[in-house]
This record gives sequence, structure tokens and C-alpha cells, in this order.
Amino acid sequence: MKMRSRLAVAFGAKTRCLIRRCRMGSGASLPGSLARRIDPNILQTLSGLVRDKIIAVTGTNGKTTTTALLSHVLRSQGKTVLTNQTGANMQNGVVSAFLPAAENRTSPIDYACIEIDEMDAPQIFSQLNPDCILFTNLSRDQLDRCGEIDTICQKLKEAAALSPKAALTVNCDDALLTALAFSASPSPFTYGISLPVFPEAARSLICENIFCPCCGEKLFYQLRHYGGLGLYRCPNCGFGRPEPKESVSQIHFHQGICDFELDCRPIRAQISSPYQIYNTLAAYAALKAVKAPLDGFAQAVKTFDYGNNRENVFLIHSTCVQLHLAKNPVSFQQKLALLQTDPHPKDILILINDNAPDGRDVSWLWDVDFGCLASVHAVTITAGGSRSRDMGLRLKYEDIPCSVIPKTEETAQAIKEKTLRGTGNLYIIVNYSNLYPTYSLLSRWQAHQKGENTL
Amino acid sequence: MKLTIGHLYPDLLNLYGDRGNLLCLVKRLQWRGIEAEVVPLPSDRPVDFSRLDLVLFGGGSDREQELACRRLPAIRAGFQAFVEDYGVTLAVCGGYQLMGLRLQTARQNLEGLGILDIVTAWEAQRLVHDIVVDSPLFLSPVTGFENHGGRTDIKNGTPLGRVGYGMGNTGRSGYEGLVYKNVIATYLHGPLLPKNPEVCDYLLAQALRRRYDSFRCLLPLPDQLEKQANTAAATRILKKRYIYQKSPNNIRKFIHDIPYKYYFYTI
Repeated sequence: MKMRSRLAVAFGAKTRCLIRRCRMGSGASLPGSLARRIDPNILQTLSGLVRDKIIAVTGTNGKTTTTALLSHVLRSQGKTVLTNQTGANMQNGVVSAFLPAAENRTSPIDYACIEIDEMDAPQIFSQLNPDCILFTNLSRDQLDRCGEIDTICQKLKEAAALSPKAALTVNCDDALLTALAFSASPSPFTYGISLPVFPEAARSLICENIFCPCCGEKLFYQLRHYGGLGLYRCPNCGFGRPEPKESVSQIHFHQGICDFELDCRPIRAQISSPYQIYNTLAAYAALKAVKAPLDGFAQAVKTFDYGNNRENVFLIHSTCVQLHLAKNPVSFQQKLALLQTDPHPKDILILINDNAPDGRDVSWLWDVDFGCLASVHAVTITAGGSRSRDMGLRLKYEDIPCSVIPKTEETAQAIKEKTLRGTGNLYIIVNYSNLYPTYSLLSRWQAHQKGENTL
Repeated sequence: MKLTIGHLYPDLLNLYGDRGNLLCLVKRLQWRGIEAEVVPLPSDRPVDFSRLDLVLFGGGSDREQELACRRLPAIRAGFQAFVEDYGVTLAVCGGYQLMGLRLQTARQNLEGLGILDIVTAWEAQRLVHDIVVDSPLFLSPVTGFENHGGRTDIKNGTPLGRVGYGMGNTGRSGYEGLVYKNVIATYLHGPLLPKNPEVCDYLLAQALRRRYDSFRCLLPLPDQLEKQANTAAATRILKKRYIYQKSPNNIRKFIHDIPYKYYFYTI
């Protein structure tokens, strides 16, 4: 390592230690930012530390879960895996992830599974040199940050061109990404689902991929999964969904467990929503693309917790509290479909913020089809967060009664109220910046309660 | 009474929650006991403007606007006659630009409908902001969110209002949107109508007035939540403006020029 890189690593790693020691945060991005100031090409040096393969995951939804699953599978097969912390997926976050391993090089890193923000992909890929790029899916998300979906597409195209040796793995049910992948590589690795497994409520009215990315003609869909995903064909130019190299069959759901067959391997996973099949499939395809060992895949998936801080169940005051993250129209629609699968009466709390990580613009709420909330047996629906009024207004225009808590400091009180005097079945749907505060609040309460019970 | 609302190119131009505008128009008619019929006007079918009372023309990405542009010549004559006959139209963002003479996207120059005498140029720096507009047509401030790369020159046209905070048509002119006969064209997403019920009722009243001679006025609705949302948005934004005016130049530049993601990391 060059002197400059060494200095950058030492400085960054020490900062990380300091931040964590002082409990000022997790040190997921600032150390990386400092290291990059000292050595702008630090990531190139750091990526050289990885012995085997680097897998980069990017796309709109499913990045975090897929990355976590990749790491889990590889770790369960005895590999050392480096991965970035949830959400820290921009340049600083990726560099920060490498710093501790770079400082004390006691154990070598076999694999790196890195989640990458779509907009930062070109800058990161130019230095990271991944061996596999995984494109999960593309839909509208945080448009205030990136303008429009074509901008993201352009960024991903640039990114793919920057790493020509990478095996491109793509969800071929996404027309835009498929066109992109085939223009960047002659034979990308494809995966997709050919069976109808998604419920009607998961389909949103507004979606991407209506028109052919090649010629602009309206695409014909033989089957629509959700969002812009499905089995498409262009009647004009012949562009269509290729037959996926990896697919699933024999899908059965029963009580929070899903059985399916993947590449002749029977898989059992703790999945309650069908979109998690995509994440599992994506991880498998990526591992296959880099020729990683796959013998322990089924066993590893069996023990994998798909919740991953993003879908959590708590028991507070004998109320079952489920916390879900919904950050863009497609993911919100999936959560609404999930609500419909629960036939019991329930209370629903929706918290919408407009802080920087959420996007400043909340107009995406109107792209979600909330009409189905009328048939989910909701006893009360409450909207909170800094944009509670926007959420309340959204539901008002669906004629769904909803109470609004405009003051954010009253949210905790409202949750408590619902757990004490509710139906015993509370769903909390939050967007990004609400996730961790709500998560820590709920786990604190749960721990507190357990303490009381043992006394 | 009944109004027919045409949603132009819902398959192409549906960005940033603009479907909310349609929902708002329909609900506010229904809540008053007035029938509302929504006619989706997809891009692959001919459009009959004569039976419509209200046309919604939303926005899309550059690529979608290019696709929409190819289909425009088929509707030009009908749409123009509708507008000149005081047909009520709400054009947002992409729709606003497409109603003009010419527009630019990142890749090419496009020919618009030519119904409004406006020209849109393209600049790489997108104008992405909360926005408050003070319009002489409405008592409350018009609030929303703008997100556009286009800079629209409205020439001698009447703007919708003055920009209180945000960028507006060009980011320099200090004006936002355009009003022509019964057309309201604007860059405001958010979506526009739910949080600005006055604008919605204005459009509905104009459409009803045009269709029914007997129409006098719309019944008021209890708009508590709408007003709260509008006031909350306006005050929040105008507080920012206060800081913006009081602070020295470099901070003003800081707030305005740094993209959000860096903004997040620097703070």
C-alpha cells in the first residue's frame, strides 16, 4: 500500500473507533469521507484486499436484503465476507466498510458483498472493480435526488461500462434493466420468475416499463408481477423477456414459510411476502455468476432472517407489533398486499418523514394505490411523522378515515396507546428516517417488559 | 350535473404523483353530489375533445416526453380548439412544456403542441425545490414541489403567480406557471390539487360554468386537513426563506446549490 493510502486508512479507522467509542454514531460514513479526502483513490487500493470476488448489488428495491443474504450464505460456508452497513451505500459508506479490515489485516477477506446506491454507482465501480454486478430492479424512488428514472438508467449504464470484466447479473423481468444489461454485455446472467405468485393488491396502477426501452412501442405483458416487473414482449421490434438462466418453480406458501425449487435444489425460507423470492433468486444467480460455492445455499437460506431490521415483530403489552419499511411506491404497495394477507382486525400506523434520506418530496404517496386499505380490516388508521398531513390527505381522498398526529413528539405516545388499548395487532409502516428510531423505541419497550416479567 | 374529465396519456405522463390531481378533482365533485366521469386517453388511441369538460396533462421523464411528442400531431387540432373554446385544462410540468411551441430535453429539440406561446430550454442543473407561489387568483398560497430541468420562457403570457420561495419558470424570472383562458399550466407537483383545494375548486367551477348556464357556485367543503397541509407546507417553506434572506451570500449559495445527498453528508 502506498504511504498515502496507509495514512488514509489509519486516519479513517481511528476516526471510526473514536466515533464508536464516544457513541456518536456507528461511523458508517464520516470515516470514509475523511479517508477519501486524504486519498481520493483509496477504494481502488482497498478493493485489492479482497482475495476472491467482489459482488456489487444495485437497483431500487431489495439491495439490502440481497446483500445480507449473499453475506450470510458465504459466511455459512466458512468464508470471510466484508459488507457495508445497512444504508451506508454511497461512496463514503463503501470506503468506511473497508476501513476496519484494511487496518488490522489479520484475517484475509475472501468475498466482499457491497450494496451500492444507484446514483453513486459510476464513481464507485470505477474504483471498486467488482467481479459481479447485480441489478435487482428499477422503479421510481427519491426522484428529488435523481430527477427521473432515465437518469438512474444512464448512471447504471455508465457504471456497467466502467467494469467490463464484471459478470452482469440482471433481473430479466425488468424490461429497462434487461435492455441495459444486453447493451452492456453480450450475454448477461439472467434470473426471473415465470409463475404468477404475486397477489392482485401488489400491482400498482402507476408503474414503469410500459413502453419498450428500445423502440418506444407499448409493451405487451403476458403476466405482470408487480411494479414494472413481468413477462413482456414488444410487438414492434421483437425485444422481449429472455428465458431466465435461473428461475424458481414449485412455489408453496404456508404460515410464514415458503418452499420452492431453485435450480433443482429444494429451498425452504422464512418468507411471508413473495417479493423475497426475488431476493433469494438474485443472491443465487450472483453467486453462480462468480462461481462461488453453492452447496450450503439451501441450508443457509433456511436459517436466514429476511427481516433484517426492516420487517420486525415485537410483543409489547401483549400486542403483536410489526414494523415495516416502505420507502417508495413499489415497496409500499408490497406492504399493503402483505396487510391483506392478515385476516385479523388490526390497527395501522403510518409514519412519513421528509428528511434527507427519505427524499424531500412526498408526492410519491399518490402513486401508491391506497384504495385496498379499505378492505384490510383496519380498526384504526393513524398517520404520523413530519408529513403526517400529506399522508392523512392521501387517505382522505380515498375516503378512508384516518387520524393525524402532526406533532412528531406525540408519535411514541400514540404507539403506546395502540399497544395498550388497540386490537392487539398493530402494524407500523415507516419510511427510512423513521425506521431506526421506531425500531429502537420498540425494542427498548420489549426489553423493558421482559425485565418486568422476570422480576 | 356531471363533468367529464379526460386524463391525457396516463400511460406516458404520470410522474411525481400527478394521478393525485385526478383523484382530487373526482372526489371534490363527488363529495358535492356532482357526477364525475373519468376518461383515460391513452397514447395509442384517438382523442375526442368535444365531449370533455376538463383535461389533465401531466408530466413524464425526458424519454416519455419524447414518446409523447411523436403522438402529439394527432391531437393538436382537437386540443387547440378545446383550449380556445375555454375548455378547462391543467397542465403540469411535462404537460406544461408540451403545450408550448418548442421544448428541449437532454437529448433533442422537440416540437410542442403550440397551443401556448411559450418556449422551453433545457439546462443540466435541475430545479428541485419546495415552492410557494403567491397567485392573484387564489387567497391561500399555492404550495408544491418542483423538479424540472426545463426553463420556460412565457414571453408576454400571464404567469400563475409570483414565486415566494423556490425557482418557478426559469429560476430567474420570479414567476411561476402560466394562465391562458381556462388553462392553468404549472411546474408544481406535490401533487398540486389536494394541497391547494382552492385551485381545484377554481378549475371545477370554470368547467361547470362552461357546461351549465344555470351553474352559480360550488358548495364549500370542510377543508380542514387540506388547509392545515397547505399552511404547514407554506410556513415551513417560508421559514426557510427567512433564513435564506437573512443569511450572507455564501450560505444562500450553500442552501441552493448543493445537491441533497451532499447536503445530508455535510450537515
